[in-house]
Amino acid sequence: MADRTAPARTRGPSRYVIRLVVIAYLFFLVAWPVYLVGKNAFSDGFENLRGIIEDPDIVHALNLTITVAIIAVVINTVFGVGISLLLVRYQFPGKRLLSALLDVPLSVSPIVVGLALVLVYGGRNGWFGPTLESAGFQVIFATPGIVLATVFVALPLVIREVVPVLEELGDEQEQAARSLGANAVQTFLRITLPAIKWGVIYGVVLSLARSLGEFGAVKVVSGNVLGETRTATLVVEENYLNFDKGGAYATAFLLALVAVACIIVVSVIRPKEDR
Amino acid sequence: MTSATLAPAPTALKRRRGRDGRLTRTSGLGLGIAMLWFSLLVLIPLAAVVTTAVTGGWSGFWDAVTNEQTAAAIRLTVGTAFLVTLVNIVMGTLIAWVLVRDRFFGQRALEVLIDIPFALPTIVAGLVLLSLYGPDSPLGVDIANTRIAVFLAFLFVTLPFIVRTVQPVLAELDRDAEDAAASLGASRLTTFRRITLPSIAPAIAAGAALSFARGVSEYGSLVLLSGNLPMRTEVTSVRILSSIENDNLPGAAAVATVLLAISFVVIVALDIIQRRVVRRG
Repeated sequence: MADRTAPARTRGPSRYVIRLVVIAYLFFLVAWPVYLVGKNAFSDGFENLRGIIEDPDIVHALNLTITVAIIAVVINTVFGVGISLLLVRYQFPGKRLLSALLDVPLSVSPIVVGLALVLVYGGRNGWFGPTLESAGFQVIFATPGIVLATVFVALPLVIREVVPVLEELGDEQEQAARSLGANAVQTFLRITLPAIKWGVIYGVVLSLARSLGEFGAVKVVSGNVLGETRTATLVVEENYLNFDKGGAYATAFLLALVAVACIIVVSVIRPKEDR
Repeated sequence: MTSATLAPAPTALKRRRGRDGRLTRTSGLGLGIAMLWFSLLVLIPLAAVVTTAVTGGWSGFWDAVTNEQTAAAIRLTVGTAFLVTLVNIVMGTLIAWVLVRDRFFGQRALEVLIDIPFALPTIVAGLVLLSLYGPDSPLGVDIANTRIAVFLAFLFVTLPFIVRTVQPVLAELDRDAEDAAASLGASRLTTFRRITLPSIAPAIAAGAALSFARGVSEYGSLVLLSGNLPMRTEVTSVRILSSIENDNLPGAAAVATVLLAISFVVIVALDIIQRRVVRRG
């Protein structure tokens, strides 16, 4: 792309005006505000960060967030790769509908996600909730509910990365492997998986960022009990509203740090895969 | 989504046996398990929302949705999402243009900036905006608890959508037609309007649909920023949450159904647009 930008006609003043407008827009909308959160987190040096690390409830919240995110990412990766293979390599009735439905979680409000899960798995009058609860399995206001909510919101991310790669790939190599006697598992592990590796990695990184940061859906299903079901994003809200701005900024800074790290990882590996 | 159109024509008879239409026993089982999980996680819960919304009958549903406060929230949400989408159509296209056609030092940093709103937890996004546009603003601008805050929050969280849908299309675009138009005397603006714009229009439309859907369903970034004042800065998601907290699940489900209907329309529109793009390509 770079070598094609030479013609003199694109060197007019409007090019610099547009460049300036775009940079200013992104500076005021994203760069400066994000920088300020970092700055506010360190307003007392490392006091704020030390404060959250020494608070056992916040440490519990951070642990819970990480545990839930890892479980959610594993579930979504297995499901995502599996369903991508089915969508791309097989024909079955309702495929087009399924493919459209898989994108639904992207455009559903997190609050609606939470509500939907409560209506089905709620312990008091959900569709399945009372039965599950009498069998000793509490979903809503417990960790399984937080996992379900997190899996729901991050569901399409792996699929959206893997499907285009699989389509691009075609299935000639897989067919060759099969005709040489490899079974389905061998073909997947030796041929398909290495070829879609980068797509899967993007999907995992994006899902991880999304899972660590889910707020609305988790707020509805978790019950937000301090030291039990309160996650990191809920800590940010509670601390801010309770005038512990230092703690809120420090926790927000940690979350933002992970999010930005995920973005940078993706942007570093993406060009490699594109070429 | 585009598998049917992109699948290469089968060349050997042998490959017809293993795939092309038929599910093997293992893949059939896999599909069954996947569908079961997807139903338990997504389909049944969403069906429960719609079912609960209509349990009170049509009048109960209608009352919940046309309640003065709820109607104000829906109007604010849809109106703001629409305005933000308009801004994104212009700014998103400009940003995509700069990323693809311009070359300057630090461009890579812009790429990262654009993805930040996507990866940043929404509650942190609210805090981020509050630190520049809130009471402690170094700029001296305090828009917290106003409708501008809602607009700004939507603008932040929807930033990546149009940029990321237009960018790849613009990069793939053949520039010969543009060069030809320019050499025939078309001004830069005419060239853009007559040659470039028609090619990237479907991508802009797809991004606009996503950006609108995201705006309408936004919640987290508004919690700290907009103050959630009834009739003024309260958006639909906040309204649903307060119904849930007051244990009015049918009311919450009724408003949620309106949001689901909006998402559904957007997804259908997106599907149609994507199909058109594929056919052209």
